[in-house]
Amino acid sequence: MTETLTGDAPVSRAAALPRHPPGDLAIWVFILAELLAFGVFFAVYAVTRMKNAALFDAMQPNLDRNAGAINTVLLLAGSWCVARSVDSIARDARPASVRWLGAAIACGGGFLVVKVFEYAAKFAAGINLATNDFYMFYLSLTFFHFMHVILGMAILIAVWIKARAGGYSAADHRGMETGAAYWHMVDLVWIILFPLVYVMR
Amino acid sequence: MNVTPTRGIARRLDLVFAFLVAATGVTWLVGETGSAGPAAVALILGLALVKGWLVIREFMLLRRASLLWNLVVAGWLVLILATIALTYWKALR
Repeated sequence: MTETLTGDAPVSRAAALPRHPPGDLAIWVFILAELLAFGVFFAVYAVTRMKNAALFDAMQPNLDRNAGAINTVLLLAGSWCVARSVDSIARDARPASVRWLGAAIACGGGFLVVKVFEYAAKFAAGINLATNDFYMFYLSLTFFHFMHVILGMAILIAVWIKARAGGYSAADHRGMETGAAYWHMVDLVWIILFPLVYVMR
Repeated sequence: MNVTPTRGIARRLDLVFAFLVAATGVTWLVGETGSAGPAAVALILGLALVKGWLVIREFMLLRRASLLWNLVVAGWLVLILATIALTYWKALR
């Protein structure tokens, strides 16, 4: 109990492995795999842009930067809400924890809605994967991320349902930390995606 | 029950979030003004580095994990941003 009050994770007695961040070790292995996949995607985008800088710079102003920025804020807010939810449960403030989770899910839902409108505008303009290299990357990279937001939402909703049922406590909220870690990963990736695809020129 | 330390964590999370939103505003402004070139790109990639670092340390709570975990995740962030910066720079020449 003292550990959570001072903000430190309980020290594992099995010191054979380096102390991993809060959440199941399995989710952290999965997060590393996800970061690797996104990392490769970002690197390929960067190298393709290097070879076609004129095309990328000509196409990029057509993107909806306002939608991109709003979505950045929604993901940051969702991440913040989840962090506050975990902090609340660590203090056994269960109703607050459930409310923060609900707010995080709302932020994720907002992201999806904004993105759907963004895609709809692009498709209405006749843009698709075959339009050119820039749009191929814009659509595939953001849609790859979009699917991760959906998975993150599914995880958060499952955690929210269990939290509402009183399934977490200050002493035991590993499951919530596990879901939170995945959600933060989705945010972390977008923090690179937004400047890279929407702003850098 | 002494809850002061954890309330401190909540305030810390709020401050991190406020900074993240402010930094996003700067990146948005760079885009809106159509700023191009190495200085603008250094600024937005630098902000992405700081934002990513804060999310890793404060939200994902890597600050409670071992040095090795911090090196791996922060190393990913630095490697990706360095790759982006390098390819941008090479495209200028």
